[in-house]
Amino acid sequence: MSSNESFEPRIAAFFCNWCTYGGADLAGVSRLQYPPNIRAIRIPCTGRLSPTFVLQAFRQGADGVWISGCHPGDCHYIEGNLYARRRFTVLKSLLEYVGLEPGRLHFSWISSAEATKFQQTVIEVTEAVKALGPSKFLRKEIGMVA
Amino acid sequence: MDNQAIAQGIREAAQRLLAEGLVDCVLGYEAGTVPMRERPFFAYTPEEALRLTWSGFCCNNLANFLIRRPQGETGKVAVVAQGCVSRNIVGLIKEHQLSREQVHVIGVASPGMLDRDKVQAAVGADKVISAAHEEGDELLVEGPGWQERLERKKVMRDNCYTCVQRNPVIHNELIGEESEPTHGGVIDKVAAPWEKLDPSERLAAFGENYQDCIRCYACRDACPLCYCHVCFVDEAKPQWCGKTQDEADVLTYHLLRAFHCAGRCTDCGACESACPQGIKVRRLTGKIEKDVREFYGYAPGLDEESVPPLSVHKPDDPQGFIK
Repeated sequence: MSSNESFEPRIAAFFCNWCTYGGADLAGVSRLQYPPNIRAIRIPCTGRLSPTFVLQAFRQGADGVWISGCHPGDCHYIEGNLYARRRFTVLKSLLEYVGLEPGRLHFSWISSAEATKFQQTVIEVTEAVKALGPSKFLRKEIGMVA
Repeated sequence: MDNQAIAQGIREAAQRLLAEGLVDCVLGYEAGTVPMRERPFFAYTPEEALRLTWSGFCCNNLANFLIRRPQGETGKVAVVAQGCVSRNIVGLIKEHQLSREQVHVIGVASPGMLDRDKVQAAVGADKVISAAHEEGDELLVEGPGWQERLERKKVMRDNCYTCVQRNPVIHNELIGEESEPTHGGVIDKVAAPWEKLDPSERLAAFGENYQDCIRCYACRDACPLCYCHVCFVDEAKPQWCGKTQDEADVLTYHLLRAFHCAGRCTDCGACESACPQGIKVRRLTGKIEKDVREFYGYAPGLDEESVPPLSVHKPDDPQGFIK
């Protein structure tokens, strides 16, 4: 869509402190270029992420949500990401069932050494959300007050 | 065995349990003040036990009241349980809300409960119903100067068509005989109407389904899974869900409520029966039930050993969508 070309999405990005946040840090110190559309939110572990957070992000105006943590087996808390994986599987299926475009919700496993994977994933996520345009999912339309 | 005989069996069992002091109270159903509105009843004495009844309108899930007993009551309680209620009791035991020793289950095979809204619609919305009796496979509905026979199967609750276990999965005693486990419906069909839709049409269908919601929380309060001391809808800092009837708030509430039932919902239909607006609340829980079954091979409450699916994990869990 041509109208989306000037559209700059806002993407709530939840990063696990131990892996993806480190990966983002490494991408930064390595001077890797990536789109500025993500808003990084540091969480202790993807297992900390309640589905409530995802809905809250959409409610508060995020056009996309991206959740990223340690590869399975690498969790700082041994198994937090494995619980999270089950939760996200059910959540993603449920949100797509009620009409969320699949391109608005992203998950990835990025370790703190994978700065290039981080860079590529930011680009991928941003492009996917940009292509969909502004999100209306769960967003409250507040009428203008004179 | 017909309903009267089962009701008699429940009363006798309740009287015996109370008279012998084996339980503090018996949790069952009594006739409501209007027809087709059987309601939960706590019998504390053998005399009170005479008020217990059984019919196709016992739509409340009594497992709910096991964890919402009057304050200070902690003794053993007997509960009348059909298939879904017993599954919820198993779930509550697994979630450490109850211990098996605390409850005496009076099992009854479910006849498939009836939907009073469907009965009303079948006889005409403007007609006053003064009584409704079941006679075998028929329901005899009476009003001032008229009566009508309905086929029982046609006015059954939606979730009872797709029930997978009508017989109690645990019981200390069984009233009547076990029946066929299902009514022949296919549970996957609950989610089918929206799954068939094009993704771009789903959001509209979702909104439309819940547009009449008045946020009374009857679905939550009727649910034996919702026992948090503070529900997320009542949390204020941060406020996860607005209080208004704006579509965004209504849908957030229903999405999160359904998600909290993931891997726990037994499809007892108490939410839909409690809804004063006739909303098809099971559209969401039915989808999650199906997903949990497909992804993790789990159906809630069918046995006492298996572990709830979202509190465990396996190395090879599906993760195709994760980059």
